[in-house]
Amino acid sequence: MLSRTADHLFWMSRYIERAENLARLLDVTWQMSLVPQSLDAVNQSWAAIIALNSLEEAYAKKYSTVNGENVLKFMVSDPDNFSSIHSCLRMARENAHAVRGTLTTEMWETLNSTWLEAREKTFDQLYNAGIGDYFEWVKMRSSLSRGTTLGTLLQDEAYHFIRLGTLLERADNTARILDVKYHVLRPQGDEGATDFYEWGALLRSVSAFEVYRKVYRDVITPERVAELLIFNEDMPRSLQFCLNSVVKNLDLVANSNSGETQRQAGMLHAHLRYGRIEDILEHGLHEWLSDFMDRIYLLGNGISKDFLMPMEEAA
Amino acid sequence: MNFYNEMYDSNDGVRAHYKGYEDWLKATPPERIARKRAEADLAFHRVGITFAVYGEEAGKERLIPFDIIPRIIPSAEWKSLRSGLRQRVKALNMFLHDVYHGQEILKAGKIPAEQVLNNAQFRPEMMGVDLPGNIYAHIAGVDIVRAGEGEFYVLEDNLRVPSGVSYMLEDRKMMMRLFPELFAKHKVAPVQHYPDMLLEKLRAVAPKGVSNPTVVVLTPGAYNSAYFEHTFLAQQMGVELVEGRDLFVKDEVVYMRTTQGPQRVDVIYRRLDDDYMDPLAFRADSSLGVPGILKAYQAGNVTLSNAIGTGVADDKSIYPYVPDMIRFYLGEEPTLNNVPTYMCRKPDDLKYVLDNLAKLVVKEVHGAGGYGMLVGPASTKEQIEHFRQLLIAKPDGYIAQPTLALSNCPTFVEEGIAPRHLDLRPFVLSSGKCVDMVPGGLTRVALTKGSLVVNSSQGGGTKDTWVLED
Repeated sequence: MLSRTADHLFWMSRYIERAENLARLLDVTWQMSLVPQSLDAVNQSWAAIIALNSLEEAYAKKYSTVNGENVLKFMVSDPDNFSSIHSCLRMARENAHAVRGTLTTEMWETLNSTWLEAREKTFDQLYNAGIGDYFEWVKMRSSLSRGTTLGTLLQDEAYHFIRLGTLLERADNTARILDVKYHVLRPQGDEGATDFYEWGALLRSVSAFEVYRKVYRDVITPERVAELLIFNEDMPRSLQFCLNSVVKNLDLVANSNSGETQRQAGMLHAHLRYGRIEDILEHGLHEWLSDFMDRIYLLGNGISKDFLMPMEEAA
Repeated sequence: MNFYNEMYDSNDGVRAHYKGYEDWLKATPPERIARKRAEADLAFHRVGITFAVYGEEAGKERLIPFDIIPRIIPSAEWKSLRSGLRQRVKALNMFLHDVYHGQEILKAGKIPAEQVLNNAQFRPEMMGVDLPGNIYAHIAGVDIVRAGEGEFYVLEDNLRVPSGVSYMLEDRKMMMRLFPELFAKHKVAPVQHYPDMLLEKLRAVAPKGVSNPTVVVLTPGAYNSAYFEHTFLAQQMGVELVEGRDLFVKDEVVYMRTTQGPQRVDVIYRRLDDDYMDPLAFRADSSLGVPGILKAYQAGNVTLSNAIGTGVADDKSIYPYVPDMIRFYLGEEPTLNNVPTYMCRKPDDLKYVLDNLAKLVVKEVHGAGGYGMLVGPASTKEQIEHFRQLLIAKPDGYIAQPTLALSNCPTFVEEGIAPRHLDLRPFVLSSGKCVDMVPGGLTRVALTKGSLVVNSSQGGGTKDTWVLED
């Protein structure tokens, strides 16, 4: 497969996954903001989303105050914000457009019509109609493109690079959601009545509420939530699940240059395979998650260098 | 002017080959037609069959309007067109081989040597380069118009990178999807095997000694107006779609960069003009091409399709000599007509043209896409005067032809069904062994009332083209 094709496929799937995760993050924040609490606390959680994406400067250029409506507008439909859902869907479509010959007709039509529909929606329309519906729509469109990929694409290299993009992006996003929410929700470890709803919303944002009930059959505690999202190898949005798949797909596309990248992925996978939540919490969840996200970033660079943009021209 | 109508004869009777379709059209409720037309629009949008228009807002994509009334060609008429096309393309390829080798036709005085050798499209780099099967134009898009019963003219031989074949295929797919009942009633010759035929031809012209060639389609990129077609053809043939940056040359061999390392490339169906192919040999500012590819090509290590330098045969200044080429190389009389052409570089011709501008069509010798031309009868006094100045300033830059009474065909337009002018572009494929084509081609229709310019960049649309089998 052409390196450039693999590059477009990798980023196409990253962007669609990013759009979905952003919808999930905004959705959970939106729902949490509806639970009775102080306005300060609400605005703090909106500010955390901006900080999480390192967009403080860009945001400040457009808005003087942080509140739900502004942050939503900025993160949902602002075309100038390259991290907005709008931009992610556009980038997913543009990458797909560049390699549409490699995609099946169903995949292309899904991504293209997603973008065409998204382009038609103004923020005011979305907001007035209930922004929750829009988040559901984004999740559904992402599911649809994953479904057409799974249901129609030959499972060759193209598929492996799509999976790599999806899982790497998801690992990063789950880590981010957990990182930002864990801290908002657990400043000093005091347990209030709102906890159940807030932790519940966080679990729902990664489709893990029912999973939690099935796995633990017990009340929701922050430690177990963290454990589930990091270590459960059967939960499709957990870090370990993602890394299992990254390692597997990397093995399938391996070439003579990719040894080091595979080793890095294997190391990270081993941390998850043999780690314990107690150890992580003892050293600090935030530090651990930051380190994890750094490693995911390096892994992405490694994949890029080995497969997607090889500079080597030796024939 | 009286125009030949493809569907009706001069007494408003329906022509025999349109009878079945006309009956159907009359019997079908207008609501159903309207619904189907809307459906077609939506489907073309969703599939993304669009093209970019140069000069409009960057990245803007437009649909090429699709008309649901087909252009129908009876079997006997097609057979005569087909043999004329075979003859013409064969002679054009022989001419190309000749001008880049012995130049017999120039020595014989059939074409003034300076017309060929001083032509900007003549590539000295190709002198003495031997190509597989001696074929230069593997794909030719010959534009044909009808002026009357059995009276066909070739307007242009497009031998560089002719486009539009994807519309031919998508139009057929759309018609079969919208109106399957029509295909049950008519014996319409199929065209869907075009990509197979193309791949077979491309494989047949691989460099010597390559038994299982790697074929690729080379595109200028996603912002090219015909990008849809490039992806379409690559996908239909099951080959890689590459850009210049995906390829590199090492020791006069072309490779593509893949996730598994470099892979050798044998045949390149390139949709990029000569000028942009190799920054080391042609335009140095081209970032679309592949440095060093000309050397690899001259060494016979890769086949380019079409060959470098085909432009010298489809140039408007060479066009008037095509009938002579057919006589010279094949010893036959041409089956297809050339439009009588005044070469403004000749003083007598120039005088006639200047005296008759209001009646003539004037074309830039190197122009394409319907840009830079004057349709005398449809132009204002100012436009005509403007061209007069252009002609006087640079007579050898122009040719002129009588305005042909292009045939028309009923077409859906805003005010209902009305006749619109059309042309036909069959796609003629050549390898060393034979000259082939699928029945019909792309029918383009000028949607503006009275307009004779069918180019999609000038607001033209397309129709499905039916060749009826006996």
